[in-house]
Amino acid sequence: MAKKHIKVSANVRDTQRPTIAGAKDHPGWNALRSIAERITTPLLPDDYLHLANPLWSARELRGRVVEVRRETVDSATLVIKPGWGFSFDYQPGQYIGIGLLVDGRWRWRSYSLTSSPETSRSGARSITITVKAMPEGFLSAHLVGGVEPGTIVRLAAPQGNFVMPDPAPASVLFLTGGSGITPVMSMLRTLVRRDQITDVVHHHSAPTEADVMFGAELTELQRSQPGYELRLRSTRTQGRLDLSRLDAEVPDWRGRQTWACGPEGMLNEAERMWSAAGLAGQLYLERFAVSRAAPHGQGGTVVFAKSGKTAVADAATSLMDAGERAGVRMPFGCRMGICQSCVVSLVDGHVRDLRTGVEHEAGTRVQTCISAASGDCVLDI
Amino acid sequence: MAITDVEAFAHLTDADIENLAVELDAIRQDIEDSRGVRDSRYIRRTIAAQRALEVAGRVMLAASSRRSGWWAGTVTLGVAKIVENMEIGHNVMHGQWDWMNDPEIHSSTWEWDMSGASKHWRFTHNFMHHKYTNILGMDDDVGYGMLRVTRDQRWKPFNLGNLLFNTILALGFEWGVGLQHLELGKMYKGRDDRAATLVRVREFAGKAGRQVFKDYVAYPALTSLSPGATYKSTLTANAVANVIRNLWSNAVIFCGHFPDGAEKFTKTDMVGESKGQWYLRQMLGSANFEGGPALRFMSGNLCHQIEHHLYPDLPSNRLHEISVRVKQVCDKYDLPYTTGSFLVQYGKTWRTIAKLSLPNKYLRDTADDAPETRSERMFTELEPGFAVTDPSTGRRRGLNTAIATVRKWRRDKRAAKRQDAAA
Repeated sequence: MAKKHIKVSANVRDTQRPTIAGAKDHPGWNALRSIAERITTPLLPDDYLHLANPLWSARELRGRVVEVRRETVDSATLVIKPGWGFSFDYQPGQYIGIGLLVDGRWRWRSYSLTSSPETSRSGARSITITVKAMPEGFLSAHLVGGVEPGTIVRLAAPQGNFVMPDPAPASVLFLTGGSGITPVMSMLRTLVRRDQITDVVHHHSAPTEADVMFGAELTELQRSQPGYELRLRSTRTQGRLDLSRLDAEVPDWRGRQTWACGPEGMLNEAERMWSAAGLAGQLYLERFAVSRAAPHGQGGTVVFAKSGKTAVADAATSLMDAGERAGVRMPFGCRMGICQSCVVSLVDGHVRDLRTGVEHEAGTRVQTCISAASGDCVLDI
Repeated sequence: MAITDVEAFAHLTDADIENLAVELDAIRQDIEDSRGVRDSRYIRRTIAAQRALEVAGRVMLAASSRRSGWWAGTVTLGVAKIVENMEIGHNVMHGQWDWMNDPEIHSSTWEWDMSGASKHWRFTHNFMHHKYTNILGMDDDVGYGMLRVTRDQRWKPFNLGNLLFNTILALGFEWGVGLQHLELGKMYKGRDDRAATLVRVREFAGKAGRQVFKDYVAYPALTSLSPGATYKSTLTANAVANVIRNLWSNAVIFCGHFPDGAEKFTKTDMVGESKGQWYLRQMLGSANFEGGPALRFMSGNLCHQIEHHLYPDLPSNRLHEISVRVKQVCDKYDLPYTTGSFLVQYGKTWRTIAKLSLPNKYLRDTADDAPETRSERMFTELEPGFAVTDPSTGRRRGLNTAIATVRKWRRDKRAAKRQDAAA
């Protein structure tokens, strides 16, 4: 018979306590919440209240879609009224994470805010995002075509460094293409509200004039704001903007602070040009990165964000093994996918379930003992 | 002495067990592929209904000075606590709803309405009990360190109190479960890792303290403001509601592994265990009970203990449909599928516990062929090559047939003996 006592070890993760959005901004409410929690423990008062009204919870940021406005054939603006805990002090140009319930699962994407924090704060108490349906973008198509007003969405706090400072610089150049106009729209609207449009040149490219998002509003801006100059380019007839000929289009671009957002190629070219001119500090870029799962059978580089360690793992190595080899103190239990001791958040990239081959995308929590990297990925451990 | 070789016991070959694993994996895949809106709506509604029921019970207790108010509130709260623990808490912590990617209904965030901490439960239950199911000396759920539930456990004078201890455990089950990970026995003998124990004690004390404060201080004080209730009336109501929950959850859990036919295993059995052998151990070590939709719901679908043990992380609302396919698999491999009515199954656990308060010399059966434990040695009398297809029926002769055969011999032998005695 085997020995009498077998030493079984595990490193079970702590149960993650709920976080309260905006707790610091509302100390009074939060104090009340802690008192009420005495009788709702192990839950929060919010866990009961949100059953009455989905927005009455600061445990997770939530919002209700109050209006869906069509912008162009394949894009729409969603007006969202956030629930408890949301703070309207975002900066123009930032993006927001939005979670949508599709087929029983919450799926997350990030979109630029197109509303101005000035309007959100005073009166409207709502935010807007504008989404373009991508051909292979399952969620974007759903947002543009299938979201009913009244739908409850999850929100992640606004973030991003692609922002317009206050006060704004005296002369500005916006270089945008396609849906890259969305963060710039928030900036423009904010500049108008703050009355800071002194000298703005905006170069925007879209396939045709009908594809220009916010077309009417931009034209109206040009009419009413003497300091705003709009140059529209229909790439289908005029071809893409050749940045090497920017001197002809905007001769004084070197003297301007430039915000650029659009197709990857355009941004790379701009980055090269501004660096070559020694003006890299005047160029702000926003990339709408789309991460896709690697083809089957390919591993990747796994970044363990909190431990600051990195490992290269093939598609047959579990994230847990990869982490342990890299010297990360991974949580673990059964090592066979049944005990949920090892679940961590997948911050970026994709992982694949070694048992079933199912892909998990960023924004989900995964069992590291039975998941392997599918392309590069980042874990929150 | 419990099963040491599950293959020999089950009368299956390596290839059989591999095929069994493939078939059981296919069921998992089908369920995973079809999880969707229907399932997520089910758990959301269950949670909403449970919280409404709990609030209703708490409000009723504002009139708990009256006997009718007290009973109505107590029973409602007891039922709410049962649903919270079984259909929601237990299943969410198993990760059955993790696929929804909802941080509020997720194994990594769920804390339940019990004195024990979720974190400890994930260790003792999700890991130890579900991985090492019914392995003597590894799965602490075999007797919870205070009961003798199989004659594989050596008898000690302490076991004379088996019935008493079972009663105490059932009444205070949440405390038994909550304290399990603290390993008081080891602590007492000084065999524990003191630093780790201290951390666990602190985690447990924090959780249990909040629970006790809620049920025995905060709510009684709050309802005592109502003219229809006193501090004491709500205090007793909450205590009884917790006991109702304890008795029920204890009964359901005991029905899962202690009725006749739920096998026990030794550590040697799991050396180099394959996926198929693990599946097999789960099937042989668990027992179901039969019931309608209400009983299924109130047991947290643990009346499907066999299916739950095969697929601990598949949504509970699907276990019923899974059971149909698992039964077919059992039939095909001639494996037992232990089930019965709730009262019969629960009665059997008490019967075993009562019997086992006595030392083995007073028991008729040996540990190789007893109601609560068997081993492959019970089949030594069968001719080799027993496990083949029966030429007359075309059916596989497996474990079920082998057990029936041995049982029949035993009955015949006993009948003969009786006749001899009578003659």
